[in-house]
Amino acid sequence: MKLKSLALTAALVASTLGALLAPSLAQAQAKEQFFPLLVYRTGPYAPNGTPWANGKQDYIKLVNATGGINGVKISYEECETGYATDKGVECYERLKGRPGVALFDPQATGITFALTDKVPTDKIPLITLGYGLAASQDGGVFKWNFPLMGSYWTAADILIQHIGKTEGGMDKLKGKKIALVYHDSPFGKEPIPLLQERAKQNGFELSLIPVTAPGVEQKSAWLQVRQQRPDFVLLWGWGVMNSTALKEAVATGYPREKMYGVWWAGAEPDVKDVGANAKGYHALALNTSGTQPKVIQDILKQVHEKGQGTGPKDEVGSVLYTRGVIIQMLTVEAVKRAQERFGKGKVMTGEQVRWGMENLALDQKKLDALGFSGVMRPVSTSCQDHMGSTWARVHTWDGAKWGDMSDWYQADEQIIKPMVKTAADKYAGEKKLTRREAADCQS
Amino acid sequence: MFYRENGQFKSSYRADQQIFPIAQDRLAILVLLLVAFVVVPLGVSDYWMRAILTPFLILSLAALGLNILVGYCGQISLGTGAFMAVGAYAAYNFQVRIDGMPLIASLLLGGLCATVIGVLFGIPSLRIKGLYLAVATLAAQFFTDWAFLRIQWFTNNSSSGSVSVAGLNVFGVPIESPAQKYLFCLIFVSVFALLAKNLVRSAIGREWMAMRDMDVAAAVIGIRPVYAELTAFAVSSFIVGVAGALWGFVHLGAWEPAAFSIDRSFQLLFMVIIGGLGSIMGSFFGAAFIVLLPLLLNQLPGWLGFSISTALASHLETMIFGALIVFFLIVEPHGLARLWSTAKEKLRLWPFPH
Repeated sequence: MKLKSLALTAALVASTLGALLAPSLAQAQAKEQFFPLLVYRTGPYAPNGTPWANGKQDYIKLVNATGGINGVKISYEECETGYATDKGVECYERLKGRPGVALFDPQATGITFALTDKVPTDKIPLITLGYGLAASQDGGVFKWNFPLMGSYWTAADILIQHIGKTEGGMDKLKGKKIALVYHDSPFGKEPIPLLQERAKQNGFELSLIPVTAPGVEQKSAWLQVRQQRPDFVLLWGWGVMNSTALKEAVATGYPREKMYGVWWAGAEPDVKDVGANAKGYHALALNTSGTQPKVIQDILKQVHEKGQGTGPKDEVGSVLYTRGVIIQMLTVEAVKRAQERFGKGKVMTGEQVRWGMENLALDQKKLDALGFSGVMRPVSTSCQDHMGSTWARVHTWDGAKWGDMSDWYQADEQIIKPMVKTAADKYAGEKKLTRREAADCQS
Repeated sequence: MFYRENGQFKSSYRADQQIFPIAQDRLAILVLLLVAFVVVPLGVSDYWMRAILTPFLILSLAALGLNILVGYCGQISLGTGAFMAVGAYAAYNFQVRIDGMPLIASLLLGGLCATVIGVLFGIPSLRIKGLYLAVATLAAQFFTDWAFLRIQWFTNNSSSGSVSVAGLNVFGVPIESPAQKYLFCLIFVSVFALLAKNLVRSAIGREWMAMRDMDVAAAVIGIRPVYAELTAFAVSSFIVGVAGALWGFVHLGAWEPAAFSIDRSFQLLFMVIIGGLGSIMGSFFGAAFIVLLPLLLNQLPGWLGFSISTALASHLETMIFGALIVFFLIVEPHGLARLWSTAKEKLRLWPFPH
């Protein structure tokens, strides 16, 4: 009896294994552009990962509802990473072989690091909008990475500029004390070199206060804040760490007006739990929020009203949702750009999409036509510059919603550029890579 | 009927002491090795080799190391992730700091560094037992997490704290394609499994088992507890360290301390418990169970033709996983390895039971 069930199980396992192996053998010619979606809808980062993923998926649905990319429909599949590097690598390996795969958006700095070494051999580009490796801005070394619209270095630079401006001039920063409360992971550590450089130039004192991931326990970090009494706190958190930090700030009595978050610490899930107590907290903004922009209206009309929306309707247009929409728009535009060169209405390969990413030219007119007017600034990339734009603003939580946008800032080229070059050269040296030739830019 | 040892007589001590005394077992293991070394690299998709079989092999190796400590010597350890981390970071430092360091040498040296740390954290085992020891090894976990996050030297002053290796090769042969990576790990795993199997059958293995079953009695009959326990820690953390180095170098390529977090320690402990304590085979079963089951659960709805949301799939996976662990612990506390040996017992009589 027992043996019979054992044999049955064995047969079942054998048949499912057969099914597993079968699809890889029969790879049909791609008729659809495939977008692998690495997401995390579970775990400590889910509150932030979910709206991001919803935004990406809803934009794809919108594009499909309006005729695809010059007639090419988009297919997609989600893979849950839980923000863990090994699961992310598994998802990447699982999805990279699909016909018509365009590019990956890993949604996590740790996964980006692991994939950066893998994508050149697989010839698939990576888009890491506002996160990932700061040095990968240098397209001469990082051929396949695209940290569009900003990295942690530009973010840190803009925050310092903003603080200087509110103080009435960069020279006023001298002698001030700025604490960086950061997620103790590559994500949180990335801004440190830039802040140290800035501290040297502007004469402020930088103190580093790490918070062990995922950041649910921060008592000791905030004890340090209380002891050191910094003039400003920069919050480099993600997921549950942000709301916990704000709660701790309330508990220790640190003024929220003196706290500045990175753009990953400036969305609704971060402040919702703290509500009115977080009033006055500032954070960087890569994009606006709200349902006014045309593209969000389009999504509501074409996707959500037809009952095909991915997430709850009232989250449409939130900060991270809009960012997801922007990321997906940029990738779709890259495919469109590639089609201009390699053939309209065709499915692009990873290499062709890479060319499209490298030659993005989204001016204000194009953005307006896509319905993104006011949401973001134009982006145009080149062979050397894989970032395209460093424009960002600072917004403030008024206790109920994000608003009160500051002026636009741009990262200081004079500081960023040499640092990016040094870091990229160091990376190239470690990996024994040579810089791309000028001729390589045409391919 | 097919699995009977009738007529297989041992006429020498050598024959009697073989690892696999039964001819069918020898044949089976030969076929298995042949499949693993020849058929799999030729006939299995890259995704399977790269994303499933390679991690499965590396985690089996780690589970094997842990099994020596927990299953054979009876010392519960929650510091496996820590020893893996030591192996990975030490190997990384040998690789980047010494020019022209051969890959295999740095992996083994990584294992040696893990041995030193393992023995260091094994010293408390001489005084404390059971759960209390588990808590002491937990200290190793938190200590290494802290050290690799905060001490910049270990990460070669990488500003982000993430380290990466590239351009791996052995004697000029690159370890790049999925098949190469798979075979490289397979060779390591086969050699270590053979070594471990022989170790646990030898005098030292018997000492470990004596310590596990009753330490006072073992001491009375002349086994030195210091020696037995520390060698178990040393051998275990060596294997775990090499597995950690492989995990970082071959599987991930770039990693941060989070890759070797406390979750990894728990995962390996579950592997050992589900697979079977005190069984080399069990380590492989446990690793297969823990690596493959989530993937299977994840893909199953797709094959059955209905789709569920990503979040629900992920939650379901955790739930089914937990239920299965509980089920196994109740129904077969000795793990999958015991099920395997029961099946073998049955096969001897099948299909003509009395």
